Amino acid sequence: MNFDHIILTIILLAPLVGALILAVIPEREGAKTHHIGALVVTLFTFLCTLHLAAHFNYASAPGTFQFEQTVPWIASPHINYHVGVDGLSMWLVILAGILAPIGVLASWNAIKVRTKLFFVLFLLQQVAMLGIFMALDLFLYYGFWELSIVPMALLIATFGRTENRRRAAIKFFLYTFIPSAILLAAMIWLYTKTGTFDLPMLQQLAASHSISDSSAALWLCSLAFLVAFAVKVPVFPLHGWLSDAVQETPTAAVMVLAGKLGLYSILRFYFGIFPEQARHIAPLLIALGAIGIAYGALVALVQTDLKKLAAFSTLSHVSFIVLGIFSFTVAGLDGGVYQILNESLIGAALFVLLGLLYERYGTYDMRDYGGLAGKHPWMVTMFVVTSLAAVGLPMLSGFVGEFLILSGSLQAYIPHPMVWTAIGTTGVIFSAAYMLSMIQKLFYGDLGLRSEEVVGWDLKPREHLELWPLAVLFLVMGVFSPFWMKSIDMYGTLTADKLIHFEPGSIKHIETETYTPTANLTSQQLDVVSDLQSGKIAPASVASKEVR
Amino acid sequence: MNTNLLWLIPTLPFAGFLLNGTLGRRLPRAAVTAIALLFTVLPALIVAQLWMYMKSASAPLSLSVASKPWIAVTGFQVNFAFTVDHLTLIILAVVTGVGFLIHIYSAGYMAHEEGYWRFFAYLNLFMFFMLVLVLSSSFLLLFVGWEGVGLASYLLIGFYFKRDSAANAGKKAFVVNRIGDFGFLLAMFLIIQHFGSLNFTDVFAKISATPMTGGFLTAIALLLVVGATGKSAQIPLYIWLPDAMEGPTPVSALIHAATMVTAGIYMVARCHTLFDRSPYALGVVAIIGAATALMPATIGMVQHDIKRVLAYSTVSQLGYMFMACGVGAYGAGIFHLMTHAFFKALLFLSAGSVIHALSGEQDMRVMGGLRKRIPITFWCMTMGVFAIAGIPPFAGFFSKDEILYQTYLWDNPLSKLLWAVGLFTAFLTSFYMFRLWFKTFFGAPRFEEHGPTHAPDLHAAHGAAVHASKSSTLTLEAEHDSGQAAHAHGVHESPLVMTLPLMILAVLSIIGGWVGVPLAFGGHNEFEHFLGPVFNPTEHVAEHVVTRSAEPVLAAMSVLTAALGFFVAYFFYYKKPGTGAALAKKFAPVYSLLDHKYWVDEIYGLVIVAPLLMVSRFVLGGLVEAGLVQGTGATLAGTTRGAGSLVRRMQSGNIRSYAGWLALGAAAVIAVVLFAHY
Repeated sequence: MNFDHIILTIILLAPLVGALILAVIPEREGAKTHHIGALVVTLFTFLCTLHLAAHFNYASAPGTFQFEQTVPWIASPHINYHVGVDGLSMWLVILAGILAPIGVLASWNAIKVRTKLFFVLFLLQQVAMLGIFMALDLFLYYGFWELSIVPMALLIATFGRTENRRRAAIKFFLYTFIPSAILLAAMIWLYTKTGTFDLPMLQQLAASHSISDSSAALWLCSLAFLVAFAVKVPVFPLHGWLSDAVQETPTAAVMVLAGKLGLYSILRFYFGIFPEQARHIAPLLIALGAIGIAYGALVALVQTDLKKLAAFSTLSHVSFIVLGIFSFTVAGLDGGVYQILNESLIGAALFVLLGLLYERYGTYDMRDYGGLAGKHPWMVTMFVVTSLAAVGLPMLSGFVGEFLILSGSLQAYIPHPMVWTAIGTTGVIFSAAYMLSMIQKLFYGDLGLRSEEVVGWDLKPREHLELWPLAVLFLVMGVFSPFWMKSIDMYGTLTADKLIHFEPGSIKHIETETYTPTANLTSQQLDVVSDLQSGKIAPASVASKEVR
Repeated sequence: MNTNLLWLIPTLPFAGFLLNGTLGRRLPRAAVTAIALLFTVLPALIVAQLWMYMKSASAPLSLSVASKPWIAVTGFQVNFAFTVDHLTLIILAVVTGVGFLIHIYSAGYMAHEEGYWRFFAYLNLFMFFMLVLVLSSSFLLLFVGWEGVGLASYLLIGFYFKRDSAANAGKKAFVVNRIGDFGFLLAMFLIIQHFGSLNFTDVFAKISATPMTGGFLTAIALLLVVGATGKSAQIPLYIWLPDAMEGPTPVSALIHAATMVTAGIYMVARCHTLFDRSPYALGVVAIIGAATALMPATIGMVQHDIKRVLAYSTVSQLGYMFMACGVGAYGAGIFHLMTHAFFKALLFLSAGSVIHALSGEQDMRVMGGLRKRIPITFWCMTMGVFAIAGIPPFAGFFSKDEILYQTYLWDNPLSKLLWAVGLFTAFLTSFYMFRLWFKTFFGAPRFEEHGPTHAPDLHAAHGAAVHASKSSTLTLEAEHDSGQAAHAHGVHESPLVMTLPLMILAVLSIIGGWVGVPLAFGGHNEFEHFLGPVFNPTEHVAEHVVTRSAEPVLAAMSVLTAALGFFVAYFFYYKKPGTGAALAKKFAPVYSLLDHKYWVDEIYGLVIVAPLLMVSRFVLGGLVEAGLVQGTGATLAGTTRGAGSLVRRMQSGNIRSYAGWLALGAAAVIAVVLFAHY
């Protein structure tokens, strides 16, 4: 039986149904019912996501979506339940799939009270994330986007570690919610101009400059998109919510807090609907990316709190991705997307490890640790492997992404690419400094205050189970990157500007045709497109397509 | 010749690493040793076979093998690919040969250490990455090995991780190397930008095909030099190497003397096509090399720790090799790389044997008179000392002399100055090495002897076990630190497993230079001929013959210099032992400057590290983060405090108010947008 046309819906419904079932099962003191339930649900979802990788058609035309399903939802305004994945989103769906069971395992002992609430929210968050990666209808997408904010804010507010949790939750909520409201306004404005929420169609309209004749309005609209996404990433200096939220959020949720949702939205919706605006604003974002790398790493260098260190390390790593994707080079985009996967896995491993330390010693203050290497040999091994992947050691996953990103940013068509690339590359120095300092303070030297007082224990089988898949992926993704890259490259090649090599020493850039998917449009949609193009609705603003 | 054999050369040590790394904890020591040695000797045998094959005249000048892509995006691709040519072959032989000898030695030296399996796992990991580095046929794969040996170095320097100084030294080595890697990475990005490939053959072919010189080639070359200064411990990034002596002595011999630190020289030699097109970059290389030869040599004169003397000596010798590359004498640089690998490995291992004999003592002030007590070590080390001091016909004489001669001939106004610096450094080298020799082996014993009853091996780790445990061993540490009396629990010669590698290396230190006897002395300089296809694919090597007339004179001068160094050391430390101290008192400021290593670490700390941390903490972490970034957030929260109750209700999950808020915000924005009539 062929599941291809409903597999995405199955993936989406599995955690949703799971959440509903968990919601009606009564909670009992000390029982692991909800843990087991959530594990089963997330594992099932993960297995379903693997179907995508197994049946993905690499020979399909660039820019088309696969596993598509379109169901009319609301007639007016015209909204469809339209889901589908391409080379970009497929691996992100699978990523969301694999992180969830690891998150559940990481919560096994960490979450002892209100387990029902926790796992219901956790699964809802999972639904939202999967939905964001699949939705091809702007309105549907927005529903998932909003859904991703609410459970997360509640998780922070309810399961935060310290008294500061409410403040952190409010901060997170305001930071992400206000731009989201503006985003909604921008989407509605787009609808009033084009009469559609359908992403492939909007992309086509954008490519033919048929969305609006007012470039100023289009610019405002694009900024609404960009700011909403950039806050969620977060892009420096919009990261104000990050460190508080990271400190409070429980391990399972913090793994999906930053990075992928915002970055994917930029790649899919911002680049898709506003290709020209994105290219014009690229120099600014490249600068912010490069600064964010160095800034995050330097601030991480002087932290004594492990979670804060991890927060700024996250900022530094997502800034790499921002730098890469806004270079609009194949290497930058491919490396950036690949790095979304890597950063998520590495970040997940790091947060799991920090959580394990906290479970044993009850503190995130580095100064209380020390000398643990003799006590927990497996844990130090995992920590070192994760750190090496994070600092981009070749043959581990972080390197491929970072290398491509930086080589791409040097080829970006912006003023002084060398300056921004060089600033970004300092990240390799500082990241080594803060990660190795952390290792040293936790594991080397004499026993610290807490590490001497508390007995602690090395990794248990369940904890091995959380970490080994990630560690293996670090190595495999660092050595066999083409396996992932071949689908990512389909997206990257389409989105990037063409780069032409002449003689060594003289480089020319030529802007490519923008991302123009034509397949899979319904006849009704095509009518609208042709209407727009023939000037019945709104004549296209004339924009330059020649060599920039 | 099956080229697939090339894959085995690095992967065998990696298999050893995996076996020992995962199972080693549970295996008996003999098994761990067997695994480590087996997976090191097999690559050495393959290399030997390769050598036999490629020496024959009919053999191709290079062998290559490539895999499927490692990184592949549209327009750029890198494979796992290995190439062996004559340059590679020499380094391969050094790495596998010397590496194997040091593995044998380690089996004895580390015999009683905790974490024995870990040590050999790391050592095999190092061999893997080093062989990848040497075999790689692209910049990127070379970088893999480059970073990988840095990792192995980090792990091995920090082997006694319970000791803070060791953990610090490991971190310092890694981070300083990363500064070099920063340059290397940027160089690679520029190469991709300009050549669209990272394969050596592609890039060098494109350079050869066009008449370009200088310009961006200089930029690439200089950035590669930054990388090389990190890995090969050149000024200004040499500071990690002396600290790296915190690692076990075999590690110092293998990684921080014979192999890894020469990677920068190998890289420059490998990229000679590029460097030849940038006279400016070559000049920088030569000047850095000369400065690096001189400065650490002056520091080495006043060190008391036997390993530190050797460490500064290593930096200095690497400077020679760098200078050779800078003057375009790549062959001479590689020649010195090889002989240096022999005699410096020998010196470090001998020093380890001395330390072993004295149960962990490294301070030369409490040595002396060991000549009769550990004769094998003494004689082996003597060979090493003679070799590095440049006494003919020991190995170091020929290679060092070749470098000085080539520097003299360099077509540059600075050539005579650099030659003079090199010659003066040769004097210093001879002096500090004979100083070490006399202080360690001659004169009256300055250590206390406690009889032969104790277990012989508390030693090398006078870090790990000793510093970590707070029990009885603390006294040992205290006494050591005060530098007054060493405990020699019965001074003893090392076992055969340690002395055998010493003897082999001693022989190599004598005869290792004979492959490069210049024509002026009746030799054939086979070494240079062997490398000819790599460095001079078109020219005839023989054309240098004409200019060789100055060589005997220059050689005589360097022999005299070496002899002078010997006699000064003889006078200072044997004939009139107090002279050195008296001089130090007389020239106290100079002595203090040298003793404090020119305060370079302190200056770096003050000028770079401290300001960086201050800025990070107070400007970035304080002003920007707390003030601007978080402050904006606070203002945001403040202005919306009116809506606070609403926010709280949203949080409690009241969907209606949530939706209402959403609609309100959206409506406001729509109104603004529409009302403005866009």
